[in-house]
Amino acid sequence: MNSREITTQISKAADFLNLKKWDYGASFSNDYSVQVDKGEAKQLKASQKQILTIRVWNQSNLVGITTTSDISESGIKKALKQANIASDFGNKNESTEFSPLAKDPIKVKEVRKRNPVGIKKLLTVLREAEVKLLESHESIKSVPYNGLSESFFERVYANSEGAFRSYSKSQAALYLYARAEEKNKKPRSSGSVKLGYGADDIDIESCIKEASNKTISHLNYSSIKTDKYLICFSPESFLTIINAFSSMFNARSIIDGVSLSNKNSIGEKLSTEALNIYDDGLHEKNISSTPFDGEGTPTKRLCLINRGRIENFIHSESTARIFKTTPTGHAGLGSKVSVSPDWIVVEKSEENFDLKTSLDHSTYEGEFVYIEELNAIHAGVRASQGSFSLPFDGWLYKNGNKISIESATVAGDIKYLLKNIINIESSQELTTSGISPHIWVDELSITGDA
Amino acid sequence: MLSSQIKSNEIIFGSCNKDLLEEIIFYGIGLGADFVEIFIENTDNSSVLAEEDFITSVSPSFGRGAGIRIFKGQKDGFVSTNDLTKHGLMRSVSQAIEMLDITDNKREVFNGLNKHRDYSLSKKKWINEVPSIHEISEKLLVSTKSLKKNNKIITRKGSYSRNLQEVIIASSDGTYVSDIRLHQTVGLNVIASDAQYRSSGSRRFGSSGMPNEFRLWDHEKAANDVFESSMNMLYADYVDAGQMPVVLANKFGGVIFHEACGHLLETTQIERGTTPFENKLNEKIAHESVTAIDEGISEGSFGSLSVDDEGMEPEKSVLIEDGILKKFISDRAGELRTGHKRTGSGRRQNYSFAAASRMRNTYIAKGEHSKEDLINSISEGLYCKSMGGGSVGATGQFNFAVEEGYLIKNGKLTSPVKGATLIGEAKEVMPKISMCGNDLELAPGFCGSISGSVNVTVGQPHIKVDSITVGGR
Repeated sequence: MNSREITTQISKAADFLNLKKWDYGASFSNDYSVQVDKGEAKQLKASQKQILTIRVWNQSNLVGITTTSDISESGIKKALKQANIASDFGNKNESTEFSPLAKDPIKVKEVRKRNPVGIKKLLTVLREAEVKLLESHESIKSVPYNGLSESFFERVYANSEGAFRSYSKSQAALYLYARAEEKNKKPRSSGSVKLGYGADDIDIESCIKEASNKTISHLNYSSIKTDKYLICFSPESFLTIINAFSSMFNARSIIDGVSLSNKNSIGEKLSTEALNIYDDGLHEKNISSTPFDGEGTPTKRLCLINRGRIENFIHSESTARIFKTTPTGHAGLGSKVSVSPDWIVVEKSEENFDLKTSLDHSTYEGEFVYIEELNAIHAGVRASQGSFSLPFDGWLYKNGNKISIESATVAGDIKYLLKNIINIESSQELTTSGISPHIWVDELSITGDA
Repeated sequence: MLSSQIKSNEIIFGSCNKDLLEEIIFYGIGLGADFVEIFIENTDNSSVLAEEDFITSVSPSFGRGAGIRIFKGQKDGFVSTNDLTKHGLMRSVSQAIEMLDITDNKREVFNGLNKHRDYSLSKKKWINEVPSIHEISEKLLVSTKSLKKNNKIITRKGSYSRNLQEVIIASSDGTYVSDIRLHQTVGLNVIASDAQYRSSGSRRFGSSGMPNEFRLWDHEKAANDVFESSMNMLYADYVDAGQMPVVLANKFGGVIFHEACGHLLETTQIERGTTPFENKLNEKIAHESVTAIDEGISEGSFGSLSVDDEGMEPEKSVLIEDGILKKFISDRAGELRTGHKRTGSGRRQNYSFAAASRMRNTYIAKGEHSKEDLINSISEGLYCKSMGGGSVGATGQFNFAVEEGYLIKNGKLTSPVKGATLIGEAKEVMPKISMCGNDLELAPGFCGSISGSVNVTVGQPHIKVDSITVGGR
């Protein structure tokens, strides 16, 4: 069944069950991936998946939902029936409606859908990449985590008032995570991830080079004394922190009481006036961009922090109605609709304001800790309390030298961190989760050696 | 006539599918596979969320799919699909064969499937015995109401989820198994707030194969635990970072062993060369007070199974005995690639993942000390009463968050502290577990790894670690 046929099928079955109001989201995907181990194919995978989520509104306008992978005629009927039963337990205190923007035109980027290159080519490319990475330095003994994948998928949203949207795209990913070992030293590990619209678009050489350089750069390591340090966040690590605390901008989290913000936080000063943060799912560099969200609302660029102050929250249909604004294209599709950011873009404003622009990670000769990558976010972030304590990979820069930090955590409070940003470097870097420059923070606690 | 044709050409749960499964396996072997495995599932799940005094989400889901795995030498090809017709399954076999680029003429022998081992016979009634959405909703609302003990509690949540999974497993070594798995889990969460102070508390409970368990769950006790935890932590100061002795509480305190050591004893880690214990079998890797077990047989425990996802009954594996490494946790691929015998630990989240060696109910065995013995033995340290999540890195370093902690001074528990993270490496910490209490208890959890998220139990008695890095402020 294609997406139009599914819509027709749901419509017919809904009529039969006397369900006047419904919507659905569906996704169909074909994925292929390979892993290698010292030149040999290890696991080769292919999957064909289909997921359908149907919502129905009962006569009391309460919503019920069901999700299924069975997109047959009988599966669709069963899903509608189950959703109808579930609607008896619909949330009476917070109604859900169709997005008022579900029929608005969507901005579809130039379609960059690639054809599959096939498992054999994926395997050949990954084998060669593994060999090159192993040959790049004598201490790199293995590439224990590696993979090359390509995915082809279609997403659909439709509702009983005639909204219908679909788009299809392709995406490929390469990850190489190397392990280096030297005599009488602990093994060190690091890696790189690259995305592309198709396997042929991935910059394989840069992935190899980055994985190699990062791994080797950690070979000369030392413990760090527990203390407070001047910190420079890499673009990737700063984006990780912002995403981990994105509940500050999330209307759903605010309503649920699990955000540091409240309904009146628009305009609250969080940081230096030089800081701007956007959510920009349609950014031309965002390979994972989607033109509409789970409720069919078009995706758009939204300013979250303007000159250091909260400018907007991200919304679903229901949170937007509660906040008396319009949906922003950040909704999922569920019984209780989730809200989440797409792709964060961090920028320095045109003026420098109070920034200490002499702080540049490539030239600064004073002592500071460079945080390359934050780990274990699920364990070390308490978003509702604003605190974090996270292990990281990074270096201690001192007297013009840098040494990899053996094992340490950085701890702090997100509001303190944002308030104590003392420089935003000028050049932005592209990562898999967004774009950001390097960000300097005055002092944070690092735990290493006692 | 038409009806029987349809039946013979697709997998029907509750019917005999032997002929079709054999035909598909014969097809794979005929094309040159060394080994063919078919895993088919049919799921019926539901979840309910209560917030404050209202049900805010009811989410049923159902689905079906197949995962087909082909081995040739040590390579394997895995294809998953929602298409359970003969045509769909044959196509998946062809795809896996094609991916593996099998060209040799060597053919393995397939003698047909063995006698059907049906573990589902006594379990078919479960779906009618589990609580209804109405019953679940009522109990969750009573539970969230019980959390409202003062006006500092600003957020109250209760969540329930039920997963019913019917599986058929067939493979070219003759394995032919059916089973039904039932997992229920319920959790309570609160956020407390007073001026600038904030804290949270949470507890999760879970069971496998016990349809009546949610009805028996003591929601009042759970609500009291969560409330007290959040109140104790509301005005807590941040812990000072440093190296110190710690006592880890029983139950979910076992997450330290799960993350720090358990994962490194899975054969997938040997395959990758990422465990420091690879060549340490029968060597001392932990303090002699430590005996650690992984098993899938404790009745009702969240990680228990009648049969693993490769059709093998789970065994009780003594991983470490008196500090000596005795066994690794192994699946079919692990046995093939590392030589360690399977332990009934081949597990996967669902049909779209190939099985891998995964923990089940994993715990440190009880010792002889009381909890007080452990605390009394420390002049300055940390008591970790409740643990948050954790993770282990590619080179064996682990970390996990302490949700509820107290300073120990002169052998006594003193003030509550927040923001602590325990950091270390398994091979350095295991020899430092110097005392084990006599109060072993288990706790349910979810473990995410190579084959997806699976239900597990962690556990331990109270244990003392002589020295560990505590991350703080």
